[in-house]
Amino acid sequence: MKICTILKQVPDAEASIRTSGDRVDLSGVTFVMDGMDEYGVEEAIRLREGGAQVEIVALALGPKRFEDAIRTSLAIGADRAVHIETDETYDAISQARILAEAVKKEGAELVFVGGKEADWDSAALGPALAEVLGWPHVDWTTKLALSGAAVEATHDTDSGTETVKVALPAVITTQQGLNEPRYPTLPNIMKAKRKELRKAQPADYGAATALTRLTGEAIQVKTRLNKLFSGDAVESATALVNALRNEAKVL
Amino acid sequence: MILLVPEHAAGTLRGSARELVTAGRTLQAALGGEIHALLLGPGAAAAAAEIAKYGVQAHHSEDAGYEPFKAQVWTHAAAEAATMLGAKAVLVPASRSGLSYAPRVAVRLNAALLEDVIEVDSDGATVGGKRFTYLSRVTESSRTTALPVVISLKVNVLAPAEAAAAPGAVAAIDLPAAASGVEVLSQAKASTGGVSLDEASVVVTGGRGVGSPEGFTRLVEPLAATVNAAVGATRAVVDAGWRPYADQVGQTGKTVAPNVYIAVGLSGAVQHLSGMNRSKTIVAINKDKDAPIFKVADYGVVGDVNEVVPELVKLLKG
Ligand SMILES: Cc1cc2nc3c(=O)[nH]c(=O)nc-3n(C[C@H](O)[C@H](O)[C@H](O)COP(=O)(O)OP(=O)(O)OC[C@H]3O[C@@H](n4cnc5c(N)ncnc54)[C@H](O)[C@@H]3O)c2cc1C
Ligand SMILES: Nc1ncnc2c1ncn2[C@@H]1O[C@H](COP(=O)(O)O)[C@@H](O)[C@H]1O
Repeated sequence: MKICTILKQVPDAEASIRTSGDRVDLSGVTFVMDGMDEYGVEEAIRLREGGAQVEIVALALGPKRFEDAIRTSLAIGADRAVHIETDETYDAISQARILAEAVKKEGAELVFVGGKEADWDSAALGPALAEVLGWPHVDWTTKLALSGAAVEATHDTDSGTETVKVALPAVITTQQGLNEPRYPTLPNIMKAKRKELRKAQPADYGAATALTRLTGEAIQVKTRLNKLFSGDAVESATALVNALRNEAKVL
Repeated sequence: MILLVPEHAAGTLRGSARELVTAGRTLQAALGGEIHALLLGPGAAAAAAEIAKYGVQAHHSEDAGYEPFKAQVWTHAAAEAATMLGAKAVLVPASRSGLSYAPRVAVRLNAALLEDVIEVDSDGATVGGKRFTYLSRVTESSRTTALPVVISLKVNVLAPAEAAAAPGAVAAIDLPAAASGVEVLSQAKASTGGVSLDEASVVVTGGRGVGSPEGFTRLVEPLAATVNAAVGATRAVVDAGWRPYADQVGQTGKTVAPNVYIAVGLSGAVQHLSGMNRSKTIVAINKDKDAPIFKVADYGVVGDVNEVVPELVKLLKG
């Protein structure tokens, strides 16, 4: 079985985000493989370790800098990678259309996508990809097992959790709790350098026209009062309750 | 026309339904046409009668196949109804379910998607929306290049609509639930008692500083109960197995923006902040005066949660 794991490269969570004009300015920012996408690579490896015959293909759509993140996925354990290299920014729906073509060309039966991207704060890619493919998807997955030509998956819902059975092919969106992604070891980082990283272009997978465009980005951090009470617990608790009741008038 | 797909629980509209009407009215002012609503699953007829009071033309399909929620089944219904009625915009709440099927509806309708938006506007030909990005630190504005558009609307942001002078019509729609490749084997309700995290106006979240699961029972839950709050948890707490994943606030958990957010014994890591930094008033209790949570807090107590929280409970009860 062929598994595609979709990945993105995003600013490190600790990186401070700046804007210049009305756009986020990412110059000088440290980028990493999106933590959400690591779970997918790890899960694919675990399926193999559990006895399944799998080939793990990492798929990424983005600019040249994505190469570092793709190498990380190869070092964690993906077998090879396809980098659809572009400086164009696509919305989630157009990304899904391009990536779906790539998944089809690979002939994959199972696709892992991070549950929520750390730069766009978007959970749309997985479901959109599944729809383009005409496949079912399971989002926010915390547990996964192969069961014949199907998977059994536990995932978070609005009211709690749910375990579902889905016939393959399917798209699974991953999140923390699914597994603990292994760190790329030095030998594996060296090995990853020799693994295939094939370059492709969006046009190889059909042109997708963006249906939305970005018109502005702004950082609006609410100014906080930062009023701290310290010392005796009874006194500071009293001061806090007073402030909440009489100053903020919230409780 | 504009199509809303509000959520309901066995016939009772969820709070987000009236927010959908608010956004629907904003778009209607520019796009014209009527506002319609599609209610799905057992109780849909009662929920339709309820939403009609807001001047919305309400359609309902009581088909049991719409419960429990399945993304493909709801996608089929929303897309069919949107096509049948000629919708220029489809609006759903950005609940987990809404976020799960809105992208599919957009693909199926060849429509643009505006995801998890806090604000919408329209010039008649396109629709714009604002949303948070970069772990909730940036507000992004984007516009569709054309119509139709599918919008998921962040919950608890817009003012709920008031009833209209003239109610809309209520009618059954012939829209049976489609087949889906997903079979639900079992379901477990989140163990959070009482107030739900998504709709709470006060949230009390405990971090590793609470010390143990018993610490939650002894400190966090009583504090939450006195101020009618939902209980949240950090990832460290969830990873330790003290609380279920459903309680987690943050990048990989829920995003909340209540009137008051009380952070108890948590450090305030960026991934946590991204789930709560839009709260109106933030209160923190932490023994470390340099904990990052104090940077985003309006009020804080530097002290031991074991001493401070019982005092707070006593005072707030009084
Ligand atoms: C990809 C990714 C996604 C993540 N997603 C999330 C997420 O969604 N949500 C989330 O919360 N985290 C998330 N994290 C984890 C996050 O980085 C932090 O590790 C986590 O939030 C820390 O939890 P904490 O504040 O409870 O624990 P700690 O960081 O250990 O903080 C405990 C705090 O309690 C204080 N304390 C200890 N004892 C006491 C006492 N007796 N009285 C008062 N104060 C006390 C300490 O001073 C300290 O500040 C994510 C991380 C990654 C890499
Ligand atoms: N459950 C489904 N999930 C995803 N795509 C589907 C599903 N059912 C049908 N499709 C595809 O969506 C299009 C419309 O199908 P239908 O939903 O039957 O009107 C067709 O191209 C189908 O292949």
